[in-house]
Amino acid sequence: MAARILIVAEHDGSTLNASTAKCVTCAQSIGGSIDVAVCADDAGSVAAQAAKLARVANVLAIENAANAHPVAALLAPQIVAVVRSGQYTHVLGPSTTFGRDLMPRVAALLDAPQVSDIMAVESPARFRRPIYAGNVLVTVEVDAPVIVGTVRTASYQAAAGDGSAVIEKPATTGVEIPGHSRFVSVSAAKNDRPDLQTARRVVSGGRALGSSAGFELLYRLAEKLGAAVGASRAAVDAGYVPNEMQVGQTGKIIAPELYFAIGISGAIQHLTGIKDARTIVAINKDADAPIFEVADYGLVGDLFEIVPQLIELL
Amino acid sequence: MNKILVGIKRVVDYNVRVRVKPDGSGVAVEGAKMSINPFDEIALEEALRIKERGAADEVIVASIGGADSQQQLRTALAMGADRAVQVDPGASAGPGDLGLEPLTIARILLKLVEREQPFLVILGKQAIDDDNSQAGPMLAALWGRPQATFASKIEIAGERATAVREVDAGLETLEVDLPAVFTTDLRLNEPRYVKLPDIMKAKRKPLETLTLAALGIEPAAARVRAVRFEPPQQRQKGIRVKDAAELVSSLKEKGLL
Repeated sequence: MAARILIVAEHDGSTLNASTAKCVTCAQSIGGSIDVAVCADDAGSVAAQAAKLARVANVLAIENAANAHPVAALLAPQIVAVVRSGQYTHVLGPSTTFGRDLMPRVAALLDAPQVSDIMAVESPARFRRPIYAGNVLVTVEVDAPVIVGTVRTASYQAAAGDGSAVIEKPATTGVEIPGHSRFVSVSAAKNDRPDLQTARRVVSGGRALGSSAGFELLYRLAEKLGAAVGASRAAVDAGYVPNEMQVGQTGKIIAPELYFAIGISGAIQHLTGIKDARTIVAINKDADAPIFEVADYGLVGDLFEIVPQLIELL
Repeated sequence: MNKILVGIKRVVDYNVRVRVKPDGSGVAVEGAKMSINPFDEIALEEALRIKERGAADEVIVASIGGADSQQQLRTALAMGADRAVQVDPGASAGPGDLGLEPLTIARILLKLVEREQPFLVILGKQAIDDDNSQAGPMLAALWGRPQATFASKIEIAGERATAVREVDAGLETLEVDLPAVFTTDLRLNEPRYVKLPDIMKAKRKPLETLTLAALGIEPAAARVRAVRFEPPQQRQKGIRVKDAAELVSSLKEKGLL
């Protein structure tokens, strides 16, 4: 039986998140038909963006005032209704906080097993995923009529944007949406730098930066490079930068072309987040820091001397 | 009585670097130091703090695993949990066995929820061994109750709770009706250290062992099986440059700048 794949789109109400195009690429490697579900209060522009993704057949615009913000408990029953009526065999979402919150709830309501962090597809039922913070890769075989998965976005390129899917509005009127969970607010630091998850270049700092003021140095370097700025867990825990900048096993998993690890020792949990970076540059005063084991270019020295020099040279 | 149920998992300590067995049949964990999953330790700490603030009467800690997991339950009791429940899943299903699938874990937790009627369930956001990150939302779904995942702040106010969640965009605030399921992120709290007298005291606290049959759970056939384990591809070791100028020229040479 050919696979019927439904991808749950991630978006902010106006723009489709790049993670969705990466899920489409993963779905292409499964084969079969691909549809994308967009849950929103007004799906218009996001649905139009999703319709351009290569090989997507249908975009299902699931519109409801309750979908103005992505609250998993509210979205899950609507996704489940669409999966059942559309007889999908695979339901995919990105392995971002959006997908990691929503997809297990969908899986449980469907009584389906979930495969988390899919990094490669060997067959419609066989997937590879990292465990133990990426120290081990396991290939799993799933025996179930419906398989739910989250896609490790750093493992996939975005699908091309030359498609022309049909936008439909499925009837989900009979679905009971719970009233027990209410979105209040989301606070995000606004800046003009590129998005950490999709940036081609990333500059990250660790505890050695010493303070929020220390990170100002990295922001200047990032500006020169057109780079996004990330941080190690230690720097986030110390309060130098907000949580959304954390790169690693429990933060963001990224795959930039060029990654600067500055004053980061390179704990395994951090390395998990950057193992797909094309080129890694490490600057650290400790010549024995584990980051140098994975760095393509290592420079031992005082970051407070080296980074200003780099800014000067670029 | 206001109860909090906390789930903990026995995992290889986060400082241990595990390796794949030479024949690719599994992960070599024999003899490795075992600990409470760090996120679960944070979950327990949060439950204890809520109780210490007077918002709960009892903290029950549960673990699903073999007799070994009693060690972690004893540690949890020493931290301050009032009583412990070990659910023994029985024998492993043989080659390719990945342990109980997260949905089965959620079903077991639901049975404990039905038995204990907690107003809060707090779990780690993920276990650092299988990195599945599924059990919390799955339990909330089966229970038909709210979930607040990746919480870095939990405030209880009567029949409701407010959670601050660490999401990719920043910090999200979500309000939920209780009872509800919370999963913890790293910055929710810093777990306390266990003191020696507490370890002695913990030996006298109740620890109950249950089988799946006692909870009325039929062991289902595994739907997800491991076919192969392998180490990740190692990165080629790179080069050392002597200063900023050499770094910039090297990167330019490779067309990276």
